[in-house]
Amino acid sequence: MSSKKRKNLTPTQQQFQDFANVREPKRPILKNCFRAFLVGGTICTIGQGLSWFFMRYFNFDEKTAGNPTVAVLIFLSVLFTSLGFYDHIAQWGGAGTAVPVTGFANTIASAAIEHKSEGFVLGVGGNMFKIAGPVIVYGVFSAFVVAIVSVIIKALGGV
Amino acid sequence: MLQGHQTWVFENKPVIIASAAIGGPFEAQGNLAADFDLLHDDLWLGQDSFEKAEKKLLEQACETAVKKAGLKKEDIQFFMSGDLINQIISSSFTARTLGVPYLGLYGACSSSMEGLALASLIVDSRFAINALAGTSSHNAASEKQYRYPTEYGAQKPPTAQWTVTGAGAAVVSQQGEGPKVICATIGRVVDMGLSDPFNMGAAMAPAAVDTIEAHFRDLSIDAAQYDLIATGDLGRVGHRIAGDLLKKHGVDIPEEKLTDCGILIYKDDQPVLAGGSGCACAATTTYGHLLNRMRRGELKKILVVATGALLSPMSYQQKETIPCIAHAVAIEI
Repeated sequence: MSSKKRKNLTPTQQQFQDFANVREPKRPILKNCFRAFLVGGTICTIGQGLSWFFMRYFNFDEKTAGNPTVAVLIFLSVLFTSLGFYDHIAQWGGAGTAVPVTGFANTIASAAIEHKSEGFVLGVGGNMFKIAGPVIVYGVFSAFVVAIVSVIIKALGGV
Repeated sequence: MLQGHQTWVFENKPVIIASAAIGGPFEAQGNLAADFDLLHDDLWLGQDSFEKAEKKLLEQACETAVKKAGLKKEDIQFFMSGDLINQIISSSFTARTLGVPYLGLYGACSSSMEGLALASLIVDSRFAINALAGTSSHNAASEKQYRYPTEYGAQKPPTAQWTVTGAGAAVVSQQGEGPKVICATIGRVVDMGLSDPFNMGAAMAPAAVDTIEAHFRDLSIDAAQYDLIATGDLGRVGHRIAGDLLKKHGVDIPEEKLTDCGILIYKDDQPVLAGGSGCACAATTTYGHLLNRMRRGELKKILVVATGALLSPMSYQQKETIPCIAHAVAIEI
């Protein structure tokens, strides 16, 4: 726990938290990393396979094959989410399923399914980006900041 | 009659003449499947939302309990119920169906024993002949409200718990056959500064310990009085902390006597991480499993300590810590 958070606690609370802390199971970080590598790697290998498939059998090159590949992965992720087992893979695979594009598709699909009971406008429409929203907001914002920095550096005669 | 600071002793010993436990598909695969009155194989219960499914669970629990008591809805004077859904709609909508005078409660997962304690108090003081206490929780409805969408793939830590899908209800009466409610200790809110909603067991353990200590202190008794002391939904993590904390405070409860509904309800190989949680965890385990064991004569006197975490999704986002509570009810046969 951060020292700032700790400072707000009374001595009794701190004492209890130390007491509880040693009795709690920790996240198995090494095991989680290994599983994330395995699952994330598998997803990316499938993506690479798809990419080759589109280049070999369709008229795509290395650059343009990205779009149909991502589309297929998103479709599969949404399909597995709807069939109800993406979350089980994710509990096992952790960051391995969250980081690739499949994870992003899952956040949107799961929220849309969940809030269908509140109707298509306020339910699905209003909640679809509940989890994905922050990613988009801060993704776009960071891209904007990076672009500004890049423009300034270039204007000053940099690389 | 008030004894000590926070314990009610019921002189007329209200009787739990009937109780009912309803469960969902995951509970049907659990340890206590045989103790449920009705188990559903569909998480939706044929409804079009999880919230409606939860209401249906509670309705069925109440109707089953009243029917088992050999009574009609009209024979129940008061209905006390609480749940986890915003504005306790499962309880209020069930009260609409029952048409019985109703008091809505909110004690998070401690609602089961809060309801039973109040129902017993009303019956004991002769303000009712029959009172009904109920509570419910639904795994997907709770996840939706407190955490993430059900199908969202976020990895949960090993301290997280699984909300029980189910409902429990008990008919408390002035007279009749069955386990008797002898006393109840109303808990204080205890906040040890924990703020991780994926570690409720550790947050609630001090509240359970506080209430158990208060119960023993108020009545000048010890654990020898009871065959079993069951906490509500501490899970494996909270159970261990509570057990060690009681030892540290000099309260001696033999290990085989102290148990937790969140550990009892599911099998070890079910993917529930630290164990079960939710209002229905303590409710279905007590009103099904534990009372059945009492009726079979395996247990004579038990203490159920239902624990609740009084947070909201908003309080957690505003970086508030988790206040917790526990209510204890002693039942004997």
